[in-house]
Formats: sequence, structure tokens, C-alpha cells
Amino acid sequence: MNLEKVIFGFFIVLAATLNFGFFLGDIERPELHNVYELAAALIVSLIATALKFGDRTQIGAIHLSTSLVADLQLIAAAITWMVAVHISGVGMTPHVTSAVVSLSGGALFANVVSVIILIVETVMMRR
Amino acid sequence: MNSAFFLVLRRMRAPIIVLIVIYAIAVIGLTLVPGVDAEGKVTAPLSFFHAFYFVSYTATTIGFGEIPVAFSDAQRLWVTICIYLTVLGWSYSVVTLIALLQDKGFQNTLTTNRFAWRVKRIKEPFYLVCGCGETGNLICRTFDRLNQAFVVIEKDDLRVQELDLQDYKTDTPALAADARHPDNLLLAGLKHPKCRGVLAATNDEESNLAIAIAARLLNPDVPVIARARSASVAANMASFGTDHIINPFERFAEHLAMAVAAPERFRLIELLTSLPETPIPEIHRPPGGRWILCGYGRFGHAIASRLQASGIHLSIIDPKAPDADQTFIGDGTEASTLVQAGIATASGIIAGTDNDVNNLSIAVTAHELNPKLFVVARQNHNSNSALFEAYNADFTMVHSQIVAQESVAILTAPLLAHFLKRLRDQDEVWCHGLVERLHTLSAGLTPVVWDIRLNISEAPAAYHALMHDQKFSLGEILRDGTDRSLPLNAIPLLIERGKQFFMLPADDFKLVAGDQLLLASPLDAQRNFEFTIRNANELDYVLTGSEISGSWLWQRLTGSRAQ
Repeated sequence: MNLEKVIFGFFIVLAATLNFGFFLGDIERPELHNVYELAAALIVSLIATALKFGDRTQIGAIHLSTSLVADLQLIAAAITWMVAVHISGVGMTPHVTSAVVSLSGGALFANVVSVIILIVETVMMRR
Repeated sequence: MNSAFFLVLRRMRAPIIVLIVIYAIAVIGLTLVPGVDAEGKVTAPLSFFHAFYFVSYTATTIGFGEIPVAFSDAQRLWVTICIYLTVLGWSYSVVTLIALLQDKGFQNTLTTNRFAWRVKRIKEPFYLVCGCGETGNLICRTFDRLNQAFVVIEKDDLRVQELDLQDYKTDTPALAADARHPDNLLLAGLKHPKCRGVLAATNDEESNLAIAIAARLLNPDVPVIARARSASVAANMASFGTDHIINPFERFAEHLAMAVAAPERFRLIELLTSLPETPIPEIHRPPGGRWILCGYGRFGHAIASRLQASGIHLSIIDPKAPDADQTFIGDGTEASTLVQAGIATASGIIAGTDNDVNNLSIAVTAHELNPKLFVVARQNHNSNSALFEAYNADFTMVHSQIVAQESVAILTAPLLAHFLKRLRDQDEVWCHGLVERLHTLSAGLTPVVWDIRLNISEAPAAYHALMHDQKFSLGEILRDGTDRSLPLNAIPLLIERGKQFFMLPADDFKLVAGDQLLLASPLDAQRNFEFTIRNANELDYVLTGSEISGSWLWQRLTGSRAQ
């Protein structure tokens, strides 16, 4: 067992599960989507990205790119939320909530791809 | 992708993760700790946005204060913890980054990357010079003067740095690496489409051999010129098909013997192979008769075998060599030894040990004993040039110069090797005539010997003219491009056409597309001629005297197009 692999897999799966948790629930209802869960998803996603730095393999490159996509989507979701609450002042209307949640849905897709690559990589492993 | 970039990413992985975690703890903490309003009533904690904003400016020590409202004591407690945490995180990141930038390995990666990138971007034909010692340096300087691009690999870091300090016209890519490794040769552009040749001129025989072999195997199309001091390495190189092997000792011995036997031919070779546009070397006329040779190592052996073959009797002094004449006591630096060897009746002496001070001492002592003596001195190190110049022997042998001269001559004009080979069949009168013509080319300077092929890439205008039935002879095209009534200050030495070679072609020699010309001229005449055969309008002027413009409309108006 390799500790590095454990941590790596842990963060990738955790990013996906947190994101899934935030995404779950009626897309228009803000009370079903906790802002802390979004923050946690974003933080874990960023850590997962940093963990993927410096891998020269083809699979490593795709890992990094999917993670960057997830980060981008989650940051976009966070900014949308921030603009709605603090800047424009419209608050969490169904329209804004659905925008935030659908952005995190996109990130979820990238996370799922990451997990699939992780599984493929594990299956391919000969040791 | 860029390996330095990956290295940064990999090394920065831990600090970045630490920073993300610290930020996360600080921000989430701030969104949980309740605030207080102006009346002391407990209010809701900061939102994520405000928390992130606050942590961002606090962590980077900008410190705007407590925004948007004054904090509660609970918040202040948390912020105090956050400040220490984030400063730790940032310092860790910055320290790691600085350590990485100062890392020797990282800097090497950076310079290697930059070198590879610059080599890749070279657009003109270039030579790969391996080894930048005395020989390599001389070659580089000559290339620079001829506007010839080159790439340098040198094992010694200091020498590469010195190369940067020298006032070269161009900024030459140089790498401090061992040229014995094929990877480094590839990095330096061995397989680059513009690589025209490889020069193995390091101080180490084994390295030169390794470079020659690697170049031959990895890119058989480029010519390899290698320096070899011992016969076994030279033979090994030859077996690998190295195009040109230069053994400075053999070469000098050959020249010295030739200077005795055929002084005019030697003079001609000396003029043609000397470094271009340098002062014309003085005339050496070593006498025959009996000579004294001091030092019987590799150099001594090479000299002895050549000179004895040309009918010179040698008295060899070397206490360390068993096959030298052991009846002489001492190494030649003392008068008694030289007198014993018969200095009074000798016609020449060769100070050929591997010690510069001893060589000078031998030369000075011998000259005092017999002022009419022809003195040949071997100079081992360039740094002693001042001493040898001050002494001014009749003939000084500097091996780095011999290698540099010959490699530059062969590289800049590959046809020259054919010309020199054919020179052996010519007599002294013929050589003397050519020497006199070469002397008149440029006042006091050696000519540039260069070759050019009348093909589409090197001489497009001349090639098109020849392909379109506009035949011209050598005399018609060798005119000054600024004033065609003047002949170009150049001597055609050799023309190669397929398998045929024409020595010293006359002015009425009819040229054919694809001919390769070997010429000797000053540098400006070379530029002049190259411009003529590349530019159609210039060629037209030189051949016909008409100064037409290149525009299509004008050609239509004058009707020149119709012809």
C-alpha cells in the first residue's frame, strides 16, 4: 500500500462526493444547497488539483485538466453566488440558485471523469 | 512540455496544498464566529465572501483593518490564530520557491532548456564545435569573423562563461556539458536540418573518438572533423568513417618536411589553409643537411620519420626515450649537450619537447652557439604566445593553430581538400606562379578560400540563367558587381562537375548549372560575388551591362519580357 496513492484517491473521491452532495436536491430551492458544502467542494477540488501537479504521464495530464475544469466551474459557481448575495443584492432567487447548482453540476461531471480515470489507472496497474 | 515547469509544479505541490488548507480553515472559521454590532448585540458571522476577502488581505499582510464592521472579541481571537497560520503558510511557499530557484539542478534545467530552444530556432547553416579549449576558441573566433553560425559544447563551466564574456558579434548558444554523451550532442543540434558539420576538438582523445562515433551513427550525413594525437585513435576514427582526421604532430611534420623538399608547394598550402584575413605568414625556408631534434615523444617521432624520409640526417636528443641517441648527456637545454650533438655543423634545430620553457631554453641556447641555425620551436600552450613571439623562432609550431586552421579551411570550403590532394602532382614552378597571384589578392592579408555551388539554393539567379540557355563563362561572371568593367578580385582554384575536376580553370571556361566553384579572394569580393549570383538583376548587370528593374510592368514596357 502506498500512502501517496491513498491520499490521492481520497481527495479525488472526496471532491466528487462533496460536489455530489451539494448538487443533490431540487435545483431551484436554495435551502437544499448548503453554502458550506460548496466551499468544502471547492477547497477539496483545489487540493486535488495541487496533488496532480508535476505528473508527466499522459494520464497525469488528463487528471490535471479535468481537475482544472472542476475548479473553474466551482469558482464560477462561488462567484455567481457572491454576486447575487453581496453585489447585485438579488439574493438566492430560484434563477440564481439554479445557475449556481448547474455550474456545480458541470464540475460534478468533471469530477466523475476524474474518478473514472482513477479507476482506469488502478485497473491498468500491474503491481 | 517544459521540464522546468513540471519541476516547479512538483516541488510546489506541498506548499500550495498547505496554503489551500490554511485558507480554508481561516475562511470557514470566520464564517462560523458570530460578530457584534455598534450596540454590542450579537450579529450573524461574516459571509463566505467577506471572510475570504478579509483573510486574503490579512494573509498577505496588507491589513486593511476590520471590514465591513468592527469585529467581536471572538472574531478577533480567531483572526489572531489565522494571522500566524497564514504567515506560516506563505513563508513556507516563498522559501520553497526561492530554494528551488537557487537549486543547481533547477538552474541547469533552465539553462539546458534555453540552450535547446535557441539551437532549435537557428535558421542558418551552423557547425557544432565540441570542446572550446585553445583550438576550439580559435575556431569559434574565426567562424564569428566569417559570420558563420556555430554551437558550442564544452565540458568546463568556466570556459563557457568566458565564451559569454568574449566580444563575439553574434550571441552563440553554448552549453556546459560533456560532449561524450550522445544526448548532449542531440541537444546541440546534431540532427538539426541546418547542421553542416561536427568538429571534435576537445583536449581528450577518448572524447573526440566518442564524438566522432556518435556523430557518424546518429547523423551519417554531416561531415565530422576530429583531432587525434595518437595513431591508434586516428585509425579507430578512420575505421568509423570520420571524414577528416587532423593529427597536429603529423601535420606539422609533413609541413616541415615539405618546406625542406618543396618550399613553393608548402608556401601555397600555407596560404590556402591559414586562417582567413590574417596577416600573411612569413616565408619559411628550412635548409637541408643535418638537424638536431630535442624531444622524442609523439611529436619527435612524427618529425623524425618525415624529415629522415626527405633526406635530412637527424641527431636525436632525449634522455627519456630509449630509441633516441643515448650518447648525448642531458635534454638539450644545456650548451654542453648541444655541443656534443654537433651544433656547430648542424643547419637546424627542433625544440620539440612537451615543455614550453624547455623549448625556449633549447632554442635560445642553440641560437647563441650557432647564430646561423634554423630554429623550429614547439609551442604547447597558447598562454605562452607572448614568450614565443618575443623570441621569434624561424618556425613556431602551435598545435591548436594547426588544427584550427585546417578544420576551418576544410569546413568553409570542402572542395579545398580535393584541391590540396591534386596539388601533389604539380611542380614548384606552377606552385610559385599561384603563390605570386595569391599574394597580390589583398595587401598583406591571407585570402579567404570558399566554395559555392551553382544550384537553386546557393546561387538561384545564376542557376536560372544557366538553366534558361543563358550560357556564360567564368571570366564573364567574375566581374565586380559595382562596376563591371573591373574584374573581380578573385582566383578560381578548382571547379567540380560531377566526378570531374578542373584545376585553375581559365576565364573562357563555360559554366554549367550544378558546378561547384572553389575560389580564393578577399572577404569583400566573396560578398560581392555571392550577391551577383543570387540576385537576378545584379547578374544581368554583370553579364550584359543593362540595369533593368525587376518590375513586371517595366519589363512589359521595354519589351524585355518578350525575349
